[in-house]
Amino acid sequence: MMPPDTESKDPTAVSLPDPAEQGSATQEEAPDISALGEPKPKEAGHNVVLEGLNAYYGKMHVIKDVSLTFPTGQVTAIIGPSGSGKSTVIRCINRMHEEIPGARAEGSVKLDDLNVYAPEVDITSVRRLIGMVFQKPNPFPTMSIFDNVAAGMRLTGVRGENMRERVHKSLRAVGLWGEVKNRLDRPGIGLSGGQQQRLCIARTIAVEPEVILMDEPCSALDPIATLKVEELIDELKERYTIVIVTHNMQQAARVADSTVFMLDGEVIEHAPTSELFTTPKDERTERYVTGKFG
Amino acid sequence: MTELTRISAGRRRKDKFMRGLLAAATGVALLPLVLIIYYLVYKGIGQWSGQFFTTDPNGNFLGYPGGVRSAILGTLEVVALATLIAVPLGITVALYLVEYGKKSLFANVVRYFVDVMTGVPSIVFGLFIYIVLVVAHVGGNFTAWKGSVALSLLMFPIVARSAEVVLNLVPSSLREAALALGAPRWRVVTRIVIPTAAPGLLTGSLLAIARSAGETAPLIFTLGTANGLTFGLSQQMNTLPTQIFSDITSPRNAIVARAWGAALTLVAMILILNLIARAAQRRSRLA
Amino acid sequence: MERRSRHQVEAHTPVIGGGRSVLERSPLSRLPDRILKWGLAGVAVLVLVLIAYFFIRLIGESTPAFNRFGVFGFVFHNRWLPSRLIFGAAAMVFGTVVTSAIALIIGVPVAVATALYLTELCPRRARGALTILVDLLAAVPSVVYGLWGYLFLIPKLKPAEQWFADTFSFIPYVAGTVAGPSIFIAGLILAIMILPIVSAISREVISTVPAEHKEAALALGATRWEMIKMAVLPYSRPGITGGAMLGLGRALGETIAVLLVIGDDPAIPHFLFGQGYSLAAVIANEFGNESNIPIYRSALLACGLVLFVLTLLVNGFARGYVLRGERTMFRGHGGSGASDEPEVEAAMGV
Repeated sequence: MMPPDTESKDPTAVSLPDPAEQGSATQEEAPDISALGEPKPKEAGHNVVLEGLNAYYGKMHVIKDVSLTFPTGQVTAIIGPSGSGKSTVIRCINRMHEEIPGARAEGSVKLDDLNVYAPEVDITSVRRLIGMVFQKPNPFPTMSIFDNVAAGMRLTGVRGENMRERVHKSLRAVGLWGEVKNRLDRPGIGLSGGQQQRLCIARTIAVEPEVILMDEPCSALDPIATLKVEELIDELKERYTIVIVTHNMQQAARVADSTVFMLDGEVIEHAPTSELFTTPKDERTERYVTGKFG
Repeated sequence: MTELTRISAGRRRKDKFMRGLLAAATGVALLPLVLIIYYLVYKGIGQWSGQFFTTDPNGNFLGYPGGVRSAILGTLEVVALATLIAVPLGITVALYLVEYGKKSLFANVVRYFVDVMTGVPSIVFGLFIYIVLVVAHVGGNFTAWKGSVALSLLMFPIVARSAEVVLNLVPSSLREAALALGAPRWRVVTRIVIPTAAPGLLTGSLLAIARSAGETAPLIFTLGTANGLTFGLSQQMNTLPTQIFSDITSPRNAIVARAWGAALTLVAMILILNLIARAAQRRSRLA
Repeated sequence: MERRSRHQVEAHTPVIGGGRSVLERSPLSRLPDRILKWGLAGVAVLVLVLIAYFFIRLIGESTPAFNRFGVFGFVFHNRWLPSRLIFGAAAMVFGTVVTSAIALIIGVPVAVATALYLTELCPRRARGALTILVDLLAAVPSVVYGLWGYLFLIPKLKPAEQWFADTFSFIPYVAGTVAGPSIFIAGLILAIMILPIVSAISREVISTVPAEHKEAALALGATRWEMIKMAVLPYSRPGITGGAMLGLGRALGETIAVLLVIGDDPAIPHFLFGQGYSLAAVIANEFGNESNIPIYRSALLACGLVLFVLTLLVNGFARGYVLRGERTMFRGHGGSGASDEPEVEAAMGV
């Protein structure tokens, strides 16, 4: 079990601290996406459109002809039983799927107009623009908190004062700044589970992506930490296109604007969240959301 | 959106370069192996003949210097005796550590010292036997069996460590199933653990044998040199490594040539042992 | 009911006589267990006694030399004159240390690079064969390395060495006339000899880097090499260091190969391609000469003691680094190729 989170106060109390005020934040600190400053005009968020996506592990056909649209400024959740392919789908979006030996994907994943699978596309650029948060928080164990957040930036040559500023901004944006500002050089793994996950999110947004993919980001966290991350997701959607895979239907109901239900590698239904849960159109969806299986 | 297509040329280049470098390094690592095998075959195969394998080094100053029969047979004998000492001993100690001692303080101490022994240079083992047995004139001066003892000191920690690894790989569920049936521990060990681990134990032993067959340093101090064929373990004996060693620096070309042939023989023997060992390991039902 | 169960128990553990509860085993049936346990323990004790005895004897035999020349004098005085019975082993210590250092400098980077390639970059089909080939370097015996070094490498490299010595003569300790055997060649051969062990340990360590850290790096947009630099190498550093130290331990004690290529000159060479000596080489080379001269023999054995202590220190240190208290490096399935052959690695002394 994770060591107790230092923030055990009333989680629903939201007090937006003045970003200029640096002294007081030892307790409750809400994530504040405006800490990142004005979004760059071109990067006002982008839709992600999947068309005819098929994915394979060797001969196993695990994603069957999936077509979906993830609108910008929204959170879309993907739910479904284990083995439905939900993790595989998002790993196809940032092309992490092909890192597994023997795995391949076909079809089109478009960030606005360009297919990320097009041959002239550089895969490392794809991954910078489409960030990913993993199920188990994975800060780099040999790096400090600061270095963790800066890790992605160092790859693209950001340095010095610019980098430092962005690190601070990212930490503020995820609501970690107050807790870590005095120990930025301490190891990243010294934080609690929930803090580590928010650190990973800070690391992801530090490279200024446009899409954030989340693969069951809260399943390794305790309920309070989960709530904090969900609070953060709510802030983040202002600026990014967010796709979250979750096996927890209550979570989908809480954070997602629209929800996709998948089964056996196919999309069964895609609807605004409240509709999907209250008046599902497909029988299989209904069975799943009412708990008859999965 | 051109951002997706912008390839940061510098990073791409560095990535390609480093990947190429790592691959090249692997090639460099394999180069000596290729060269050694090539030269061994190139210079040594010509030596292989009926005479080579059926005559002994004759120490003559002129003419045919003789083959390496006594060396081959000597190696076989000395290594065989060393195996008889080291393998049972090594497996025994490993059995103790895995089945009985486990994590007790005593077992850990033993483990530590066995580990220490694997790091001891082979020449130190030779020195040990020299001090303890040769200088003290225990049972003769330089004798073959003393060489075997020195080799067994070398082999023992290798056998013990690999045996411990293999025995640990036997799933505890197997042991528990047998114990739950009411079998006493010693039966579990002899009837279940050892048979399951047998291929792995064989592999470890074969590799230890292969290692000791090529050792020279422990033998220099202990079994002396002999040209002629000797069988008695309480006499001096010729072995392939010592023969090669003395031939290398000879001024006579014919003898140096013989060294290549003998080296090829030795390496061939060791390679065969290695291949058998790996084949045995592949048939193991454990790893 | 009771009779039936007694039968079943009897099938496994002989119960002698009546009046004893079915659950109790007779002392006789427990005997083999005890014999096995105490017998095995006895053997283990024997091993410890053996090692202790060895140490004591070695110290005993070396004492005359240390008495005559002083411990410090013996180790750091550079005068090895058997004909006048004056023994100071500094040249040997120098040779041992320097050749091992050269071996590390050349061998460890190549070994780690090979390990990285085989674990992270190599196409899966080639991996098995290439790994076996690299490990096969460990199967070549020392005397064959010496043969190859003496008869092939030395003559072949001599022109290149001379060119190097002439071209870079402005660097200290490089200029000179190359005779053939040298501490450089000895270091080079040692590098080749320690390569398999350092590579095997490195492969083992690198393959235990959790996938989640590698994925984190890739998801940030790192190239393969950047991922290795960010996630793999920092994590593996302690283990690789330990592996390098084990390689060092091997290099320090290597005898025959060094003896044949180092030149056997009891002097501290004044340049990289000069001839020298090593502790192990002097023992192997000169022990025959000492037949009945006690002080000569004592000096040689003192060299052995110094060597032994050196390797003990290095190996002791290394084991702490590498094993971190557990022998659980070996995992059978599950590793990405490096630990498919745990017995093989154990037999190599990994």
